[in-house]
Formats: sequence, C-alpha cells, structure tokens
Amino acid sequence: MILIFGVPIQALTGQLMVGLINGAFYALLSLGVAIIFGMLRIANFVHGAQYMLGAFVAWFLLNLPNIFPGLGLPTIGYWVALVLAPLVVFGVGILIEFLFIRRVYDLDHAYSLLLTIGLTMVLEGAFRLKYGSSGQPYEIPELLKGGRNLGFMFLPYYRVWVVVVSLVVCFATWFMIERTKFGAYLRAATEDPILVRAFGINVPLMLMLTYGFGVGLAGFTGVMAAPIYQVSPGMGQNLIIIVFAVVVIGGMGSILGAIISGFFLGIIEGLTKVFWPEASNTVIFVIMAIILLVRPNGLIGRVAK
Amino acid sequence: MHDVFATQTTHAGAGGAAMLEIRNLEAWYGESRALRSICLDVRDGEVVTLLGRNGAGKSTTLKSIMGMMRKRAGSIKLYGEELIGCASNAIARKGIAFCPENRGIFSSLTVAENLTLPPIVRDGGMSEEEIFDLFPNLRERLNTGGTKLSGGEQQMLAIGRILRTGARLILLDEPTEGLAPAIVQQIGRVIRRLRERGLTVILVEQNFRFAETLADRHYVIENGNVVDSMTNAEVPANRDKLAAYLGV
Amino acid sequence: MTTIDIKQQPVARLEWEKVALVILLALALIAPSFVYPLFLVRILTFVLFASAYNLIFGYAGLLGFGHAAFFGLASYAVAQSAKTLPITPEIAILFGVFVSAAMGVVFGWLAIRRQGLYFAMITLALAQIVYFFFAQVEWAHGEDGIQSVPRGHFLGLIDLSDNMVMYYFVLGVFLIGFLFLLRVIASPYGEVLKAVRDNEARAISLGYDANAIKLIAFTISAGLAGLAGGLNALSFQLASLSDVHYLLSAEVILMVLIGGAATTIGPVLGAVVVVAMQNYFAPFGAWVLVFQGVIFVVCVLTMRNGIVGVIDMLAKAWVDKSGKAY
Repeated sequence: MILIFGVPIQALTGQLMVGLINGAFYALLSLGVAIIFGMLRIANFVHGAQYMLGAFVAWFLLNLPNIFPGLGLPTIGYWVALVLAPLVVFGVGILIEFLFIRRVYDLDHAYSLLLTIGLTMVLEGAFRLKYGSSGQPYEIPELLKGGRNLGFMFLPYYRVWVVVVSLVVCFATWFMIERTKFGAYLRAATEDPILVRAFGINVPLMLMLTYGFGVGLAGFTGVMAAPIYQVSPGMGQNLIIIVFAVVVIGGMGSILGAIISGFFLGIIEGLTKVFWPEASNTVIFVIMAIILLVRPNGLIGRVAK
Repeated sequence: MHDVFATQTTHAGAGGAAMLEIRNLEAWYGESRALRSICLDVRDGEVVTLLGRNGAGKSTTLKSIMGMMRKRAGSIKLYGEELIGCASNAIARKGIAFCPENRGIFSSLTVAENLTLPPIVRDGGMSEEEIFDLFPNLRERLNTGGTKLSGGEQQMLAIGRILRTGARLILLDEPTEGLAPAIVQQIGRVIRRLRERGLTVILVEQNFRFAETLADRHYVIENGNVVDSMTNAEVPANRDKLAAYLGV
Repeated sequence: MTTIDIKQQPVARLEWEKVALVILLALALIAPSFVYPLFLVRILTFVLFASAYNLIFGYAGLLGFGHAAFFGLASYAVAQSAKTLPITPEIAILFGVFVSAAMGVVFGWLAIRRQGLYFAMITLALAQIVYFFFAQVEWAHGEDGIQSVPRGHFLGLIDLSDNMVMYYFVLGVFLIGFLFLLRVIASPYGEVLKAVRDNEARAISLGYDANAIKLIAFTISAGLAGLAGGLNALSFQLASLSDVHYLLSAEVILMVLIGGAATTIGPVLGAVVVVAMQNYFAPFGAWVLVFQGVIFVVCVLTMRNGIVGVIDMLAKAWVDKSGKAY
C-alpha cells in the first residue's frame, strides 16, 4: 500500500475527490449568493432553502405518478429536471423578489438578512411538515452510473460530471457578468442604479431577473446534488452557513472570489478530513477568521464596504 | 412606446415652439424641499443655461426632469406630454439624456463599456467614430478602466456616451467644473457642435462667462425658484446683476 | 454607521414602560401559583437572553447572528461542571458566565472590525465553530447532550430540586442580571454606546475609542447570555445541541425584533411571546418554524419597531385624542 504523509493514497485521493465535489457545490452556491449580494446588496440567507427546493422539485418530477396517483402522469427524470427545476425555482425567486425582497432594498442591509432568515424558516418548516427530517433517495441517472477504477482510486462518473458542469456553469456565469452587455448593465447598476435607470434601463426589472437567476442557480445546484446527498428539508441548512463563510472569504460580492474560494475550501475541507478529521467541520470557519484578520476584504475584495 | 419626436415638426414649426415646459416644479430630498416653484420653457434647438449658486436647485431641476427625484410635483411637459409620474427609464426612452455632475463613470466598466452603456433610444445619434472625432483621447483608451481616465477624459466620456443614444434633449450638469481651460474650450466646441446638429441642450453652469459663449438664453435659479431670465444678447447689460446672483 | 435604524424614544414610553415592568415583576412573584414553574423559568431565561442580545443589537447597532454560542457555551460549562465537580450551583453559574464573557472578548475582537452584514456573517461562522465543537467533543455526548445535571444546593444549603424553589432562585439571579443590564444602559457608558451607534465617526472625533466601547458591550452581552444559558441548563438539567444551534441565534433576534429593539421592555415582551408560542404550538411540530418565519417576515416588512412601536403609536393616538377632549 502506498502511503503519503502516513496516509494511504486511496484515502487521500478519495477525500480529495469528495472535497472537489463539495467544492463544486460550494462554488455554485457561493456564486449565486455573491451575485445577489454584489448586485442587489441582499444577504440571501434563504439560498440554502432554495437549493433544497430545487432538489425537491427534481424529486417531485421523478415521483409524479406516486404523488398524483390516477392522473396517469409520467415520471420525469434527471435530465429534464435539470432544466425544469431551476426554471421553477427561478419563478419562485421572481415571486419572492416581487413580494418581499424589493421592499427592503432601501433599508439597511441587515434587514435583508432578517427577512431571508424568516423566509428560510417558512420554506424549511413547510417541507418539514410534509417530509419530517428524513431524506428521500434520488437515483443517479442511468447514463452516469458506475465509474472507472484508476488503480489508485475509483472514479464515479457522476462526480466527474458534477465537477465539470460546475466549472462550466461558473465560467459561463462569470463570462456573462464580466464580458457581456447585460453584465455591464448589472455592474453599472451596482455602482449607481439611479443613473443607470436614467439612461433608459429598467433597473427594477433587471434586479428582479438577477435575483431570479441567482436563485435559479441554487435550484440547479439542488438538482445536481439530489443523487449525491439525500433530498431532505434540512439539506440546505448547514450548507448556507458554509456558503456565507465562503463568500466572506472570497470577498463579498466578488464573483471570481466566490468561485475560486468555493473549490479551494472544498478541497481544504477534504484534506482536513484525512489529516485531522475532528476539525473538518470547522476548518472553513477558522480560515474565514484568519482571512478576516490578515485580509479584511477577502481574498479578492473588489468592494471595501 | 409613444414617440414624441415623430410629431416634432408639426409642433416646432420654425424652431419656436416649446419643447419642454416646466410649471411650478417642486422637489424634495426626504423632508427638505429643494425646489419651490420652478417655471421655465425650452424651445427646440436652443441652448439654455441654468445659472445659480451651489445648492440653488439647478442640478435638482435636471434630476427632476429626468425623473431621478423620488418626490416631485408640478408639471414637466415634453411636447405636451406630462413627465411627472413617469419612471426615469421611461423618460430616457422619450429622448432625454443626462450627464451628471460627478460624471457617473463606472469604475467596474472599461471605457468602451461605459461608452456603449446607455442604450440607443432613437435614430440619429452619433456613431462611435463621430464621438472619437470629437474626443480623440477616448479612442486610444477603450480598454482602460473607466475611472482610470483623467478628470477631463472622464468628462468627455460622460458626454460622449449620451450622444450615441440619439436623445434630442441633452442635460449637462456642470460639465466644465474643475477642468483645465483647454478642456473647457473643447467642451464648449462640442456643445456648439450639438447645437449645429439641431439638438437641444440644458446646461447647468456656475460660470456665466463660459455660458454666454454658447447659450441662447439663461435662467437664474435661487432657493429653488427661477428669479430671473434673459437672452444672451441681454447679458452684457446685466453683468453686475448676474455677478451678484452668482456671488462672483 | 448604524446597523439598525431606531427611532428616538418618545417621552410617553418611559411612563408606561416603567409601570409595565413593575406589573410584570409583581406577576413574576405570584405566577408560580398559577402557571407551571418550569415554563416560567424558561420565560425568565429567555427574557434575560433577549435583553442581553438587545444590548448589542439595539443599543450598539450590531447585528450579531451567533449569540446562541454564548448561551450554549455556558449551558455546557454549567452542566458539565455541576455534574463532575464538587461545586455549588451558584459557582457553576459564575463559571458559565465567565467562560461566555471570555469567549465574548475573543469573538467580539474578531468581529467588531467589520460592520453590518459582515458582522452578522462573522458571528454566525464563529458560532458554528462552537456548535461543531460540542457536536463532536466526547463529553458533550452529541445529540443526547449532557443529561441529568444535578441542580445541587444553593450556597450548599438550599435544595433546588423542587421546581418552585428553583423558580425563585432563577428569579433572583435573573433580577440581578436584568437590573445590572438596566444600570449599564442608563449609565454614562450606555449613553456613549448609543452615541457610537448613532454616529460612529462623530463619537470617534470626540475622542471615544468606538471599537473598545463596542467590545465592552459585546462582552457584557455575551456574559449575560451565558448567565441565561447557565440558568436554563441547571433548571432543565440538560445542555444540548439546540442550545448552540444557529436557529436559537435566529430566535433571539426574533424576540428582540418582535418586542422592539433598543427598548427595555421590548425583549421582555418578545421573549414572552416567542416562548409562549413555542410552548403552545409544540404539538404541531414544524408549524412552530413556519409561524416564526412568518412573524419574522411581518416584523421586518411592517413593524420594525416591534410591539413597543405599536403600543407607542396607540398610546400617542390615545393621548392626542384625550388631549383634544379637554
């Protein structure tokens, strides 16, 4: 058996893979939180619940015949859910923005956090009423089942898929914000929404769509996560706190910072599991505390505020 | 969208009809009242200046026309169409463009992105080439961050970007503030060019010596009211009075 | 920069607030004859917890989102020390207050460099470290928590195992903590704290060390949250993970928000409402969570000055109306 720093290589690569997967989810979720914070100045605590919602929509779609028996509804699988569920969550996000979020834009940022904590409680509580705290299984799609033995580790296809898709989505989102016209409107609106509006751009509509997009991203992440983690009402609960820490580490509102620190912290967390398992749950928070001491604006802090 | 400029010729006739009519305009910043009762008219193709001291209400008048003040009352009519109650983005789409006092250049956007940010609202705006002819400095710095430009270049960018949009009424808020004399002259030339193109300009200025080289008429604003108005021909006879208004 | 925008206290408030506090104290003295004492204990500890949190949320303008860490740390410290060491309950509680206040110094020092949302996120992350510490460390027994904590004998003399006796013990300790807090808020230091909240730049220009002033408030708040946690653990003879869970941090925000931040009686009313609601809705399971969420949303959107704000408004309308009658 090959040992690296006294650890079997299988354990090391296995945890690295787990870390990379977690990192992919952290990056996708932090990306949404960073966009919403950067563009709308809203601390979207309900992001974790929206991620859970995405996973549940995928699960509902798969189980339509059981949920509505007798209607002859078909079961809708992973690939359609991957498109449909984020759209549903996008719609829910638009509604939440319209009903609640836009009422706190002009208030201190703290109120956005309090408001979204409340929304989190409502969403999670509602799902707990029906599903308790137990998890619902969601199978890996046929096409991505199995994996390949690389000798030093077993590489499941689905996990490779998650990492690749996460990278692609992160890059596409970054590109949209930093390199396209719509992104330019968004960046400008972050700096001076009143002026951008006076140029003829419907800023309130744009903010609504941006919130919907960030939330839709959470829904998408939820579908991606459904086959790996169980679909349960509490699945976003601890995750959102980690994601907030990741966003703080990356520099609040920094898109690139959120993506990089998402992957980076996932891997660090995986490595910690190998070398010091007891600290693996807290390592991200400890890193956050250290980063705040040495680089108060985060790793890639664009806005110091 | 109702295109007010389509009916322009029937209203304007021989360049005399009012393009913009402001009556009893009031505006507030929170609880404090910034405009008390502004009344003024701007005709097609005119260059009109708003003179007055700091805090008199000149910028607030422009922001009110643009719909950027949250609380305003009275009447602002563009070719007879009421703008009070319109959202700011809708007002811009009617063909009014605004260049703010602080220039409003976005630091997270490149010069090129800043330049093309305001959407085209009507045909007949300047092409990017024409804008580079007016402001040659911008051409070489397209990929620079917007706020990395010098103050003068930022002002050129701020004016240049709204000329693309095809807006027929241009609101310029103290475009010469804090700039070197050579750049002030350049901006003066640009404003004359806009006038030759038939655009209408409302210019907020503190420096009437600059204003009198360009404008057709002047309004003096004090404490949120229009206290005086004169044609440019009347300025020489009223220098002392204007100096007193402006405290220079 | 203040985190939470708080309206100036109307003068009329001071009148009804004092009367209400006296009435509530009188009620607290006789209540155990009518209501289950341990339910009252729960209310008292949460009133203390919410009032302690109000010191930083209301009076210092800091949105801390990890106050359960201090409540829970003391809870575990008191439970473990009372269970394993030959000490009397008051010593165990003092120990709990001490460790919470000490952690308050460290967390506060880390967090007060940043304001607004950052402050919230940092305190939340730091509190998660505490949560996972207790979730993993062996002597805390994970999900089970530390059970069957002995209440012991107060000063080695008075047996606290009777719920009625325990209640009056808690009431006594509660009053010490609560009156201390009132004293702090009314003191010159309290005035400076409010000045820093309202205009930090101005307070600094007057020569105050704003960070030190906030850190003192944070430490006092952490210590008193610890006092509440310690009393709670001792009374219910249990320290568990729900004492350090982030939902508890959210609940204490809710209590202050619903009652009225930066008022004396606000957290009292808020804690009573939330604890009573949790108690009566407990049989309905997750409905409690849904209701709390709805109240959160309603408070943020429509009554940011809480119950006290509503009473003030009604009182003002009443005064105006009766004034006209004369």
